[in-house]
Amino acid sequence: MSIDTVKNAESTPEQDQPYKELGLKDDEYARIKEILGRRPTDAELAMYSVMWSEHCSYKSSKVHLKYFSETTTDEMRAKMLAGIGENAGVVDIGDGWAITFKAESHNHPSYVEPYQGAATGVGGIVRDILAMGARPLAVMDPLRFGPADAPDTRRVLPGIVAGVGGYGNCLGLPNIGGEVVFDPTYIGNPLVNALCVGAMRVEDLHLAHASGTGNKVILYGARTGLDGIGGVSVLASETFDDTAGKRKKLPSVQVGDPFTEKVLIECSLELFQKGIVVGIQDLGGAGLSCATSELASAGDGGMHVWLDRVPLRASGMTPAEILSSESQERMCAVVEPHNVEAFMEVCRKWDVIATEIGEVTEGDRLVITWHDEVVVDVPPRTVAHEGPVYHRPIERPADQDALIANTPDSLERPKDLLQLIKTMAASPNLSSKKWVTEQYDRYVRGGTVLAQPADAGMIRIDERTHRGVALSTDCNGRYTKLDPYTGAQLALAEAYRNVAASGATPVAVTNCLNFGSPEDPGVMWQFEQAVKGLADGCVELGIPVTGGNVSFYNQTGSTAILPTPVVGVLGVIDDVRRRIPTGIGAEAGETLLLLGETHAEFGGSEWAHHVHGHLGGLPPKVDLAREKLLGEILVAGSRDGMLSAAHDLSEGGLAQALVETCLIGETGARIFLEGDLFTELFSESSGRVLVAVPRTEEQRFTDMCTARQLPWRKVGVVDPESDSLEIQDLGQLPLAELRAAWEGTLPALFD
Amino acid sequence: MRVGVITFPGTLDDVDAQRAVKYAEGEAVPLWHADHDLKGVDAVIVPGGFSYGDYLRCGAIARFAPVMQEVVEAANKGMPVLGICNGFQILCEAHLLPGALTRNHKLHFVCRDQWLSVENNQTAWTTRYEKQAEILVPLKSGEGGYQADENTLKELEDNGRVVFRYVGENPNGSRNNIAGITNAKGNVVGLMPHPEHAIEALTGPTDDGLGMFLSLVDSVVKA
Repeated sequence: MSIDTVKNAESTPEQDQPYKELGLKDDEYARIKEILGRRPTDAELAMYSVMWSEHCSYKSSKVHLKYFSETTTDEMRAKMLAGIGENAGVVDIGDGWAITFKAESHNHPSYVEPYQGAATGVGGIVRDILAMGARPLAVMDPLRFGPADAPDTRRVLPGIVAGVGGYGNCLGLPNIGGEVVFDPTYIGNPLVNALCVGAMRVEDLHLAHASGTGNKVILYGARTGLDGIGGVSVLASETFDDTAGKRKKLPSVQVGDPFTEKVLIECSLELFQKGIVVGIQDLGGAGLSCATSELASAGDGGMHVWLDRVPLRASGMTPAEILSSESQERMCAVVEPHNVEAFMEVCRKWDVIATEIGEVTEGDRLVITWHDEVVVDVPPRTVAHEGPVYHRPIERPADQDALIANTPDSLERPKDLLQLIKTMAASPNLSSKKWVTEQYDRYVRGGTVLAQPADAGMIRIDERTHRGVALSTDCNGRYTKLDPYTGAQLALAEAYRNVAASGATPVAVTNCLNFGSPEDPGVMWQFEQAVKGLADGCVELGIPVTGGNVSFYNQTGSTAILPTPVVGVLGVIDDVRRRIPTGIGAEAGETLLLLGETHAEFGGSEWAHHVHGHLGGLPPKVDLAREKLLGEILVAGSRDGMLSAAHDLSEGGLAQALVETCLIGETGARIFLEGDLFTELFSESSGRVLVAVPRTEEQRFTDMCTARQLPWRKVGVVDPESDSLEIQDLGQLPLAELRAAWEGTLPALFD
Repeated sequence: MRVGVITFPGTLDDVDAQRAVKYAEGEAVPLWHADHDLKGVDAVIVPGGFSYGDYLRCGAIARFAPVMQEVVEAANKGMPVLGICNGFQILCEAHLLPGALTRNHKLHFVCRDQWLSVENNQTAWTTRYEKQAEILVPLKSGEGGYQADENTLKELEDNGRVVFRYVGENPNGSRNNIAGITNAKGNVVGLMPHPEHAIEALTGPTDDGLGMFLSLVDSVVKA
């Protein structure tokens, strides 16, 4: 086998190269030649093609994502220890603790191979958190599927759920929340987003860099194989489209081994704790291409890598294949020479394979050799950070006006509201997700204070001080379709409200922006609007976006998914013992109050979707100043012990919130409403939370709301003697009947 | 009162077991799979997780770990040993307890709050409970279906060696709703549910599990 060396490339400048098949455009290939002053070698071409793919280079989104950092003020940045551009954002939460959290997509692989795609999605985000020097503590998984009763959903959903569980459970990370949403647009493009949160002492923050000439580069973890080669460039960056009559190349999805990752985590944490790591980088998308070029460009020198030293699990692999392999469970560390032996000793203890593959050098080149012949010689920044940047055409879709004009006003209103409560509770999107979440371990590590079906997941960080964090991820793609700017803000508002409803103070935001093809000007308009909405919303709430992820090309043929900017909000709570549960009945004698205002807002609502298959009009209005006030009231209520339960109102409105709070708390309630009962029960107006207040605290709490001008209304009482949800003027719904409706849907579909 | 908690590669609930020991005012002593050393502990907990990735068969590799040779020897001399979840599987593989754990009958991993009835309150780990008391603790496993031949089941039932039974719907297809068993002497107990995840109502469904660790501390104090 002849290897394409730099020398060979210099002497054969005109040789044809398969750059198009690797996903590079003509001008991108020309630019690589210009950077290098010659044609790239096979190995260099492999590196540039994966690193310049949409997935790695953010070439279509970069110009828009800048808006996040441009709008982040110093005040918002005050508690940020690391932000966008690092493996994950890091926030100072007090008591000497730093929290790092991030979400990432693994959509395309999960469609091809649901179990492994989802499993390696979890594995990848966990390594991102580990690479910051933190112990990963919990995961969450926002998922989107086609219609619940579609045949392909029966293939995809059980596999994805088993993959998330199989990997996360074996890794020993509690799964504390997420979403399961069904919509026809996701049928060919299920979304698998995974979020991980980790904690470290502030002084232990590890940033990826390779400073210090003579320092050694150590690859440790699993061996490198042929799995996932080209996965990044093809799977994540091109549409599945066989209409042209030819199948696109479908390389194998990476295969995960959670046991290896668990050992890798413990081994890495021991290495961090011993202080023998200068820089650390996980190997994810684009494998060694990414790790070496990122480590080298983040340091102050160059790097030499002896590629033939990489331990392999397949024979006959070429340098290009080794560089682009996405074999899982690998990390790359930079270590001072005198610490190498200590590093190897820790790896031996954990039976982790570790190999010194390179060294930090003088100069500014990344040089990779293969049996003493130079196969890569590049300026690393041009690979990792100076990829192409596109200003894609942006155009508001021509049918957007028609979509907005088609309001839900003319939809037939229901006659039997009691029946509708049950019907909606049993709809796939509102039904209990227990069938899914029962497959995830939520207890491991003993720090889980709240988990699904609570509004937010909450974990204890410090057993001595009881400090903890809460997290919620949210997005309603229908709202975003109707108005991407407002939709993104509604997602932010909901995640913010969910965190506050648990008693925590929201402090930071991450996102996972799932969209269709960036080559469609309409999709780029949605993207641009959503980014602006989210960033402007964060300014208004005063909390920074600390990181995120973009997934484009989520479309089948010309049908894009609903624009789905999933927003994750992190909150801090001083004392997790003051958490607010979601279910009622914890205290004897509770009053139910509805905080916020209800208007007739049905555009994009679950009722319009489920009952009428309708999507049109405008989404609910968003008022972030109100959300902020609401959040402050909830946190104060938690701190002063005035709230015994709180549940955010979102899809399905008050009716669904009541059903859930009763069923989760296994307690009945009597409700009295005024005005149009349909609007009261099913409107999806934003900025509302249902709270249960012990009768002894009612006056104090409502006085506080009144003083701070937060609208509130008494809507009912908790009735521990009752086993039904009773709504004045409508009748009673026995809890057993409601539970059968709410919990019956997914088992009937997937068991 | 020193209680060893073993860590194998892939063990997950060792931190939880250590915390439970501390909540019961015992001293938790970490034990390493590769050491032929119990560090002079008074009792051992084999915690949950996926030891050695559960490759081959759950617990099948872990039973050969150096530390397990010591555990078997000490258990046969009467030292209290508790196996939780993967630890139960390991104790079965090591033949300290009879039977085997198989894939849940519905073929899914199951994580839920599970009611158990205490069938035997005479073991080293269950004296704090009333007989027939019902306790609520998490169950989280993919291979928790207890299986044994008819003779073994009869032996267990006739001699009161079933320690815990599932109440309500059988979550995993276990024979006779068996959730946990003990050896003939009553010093070795294995169960699939996780008492160490139910030591405080803040992070668990209840604090019902703490009784197992308090029972142990009592038993050693008495001895």
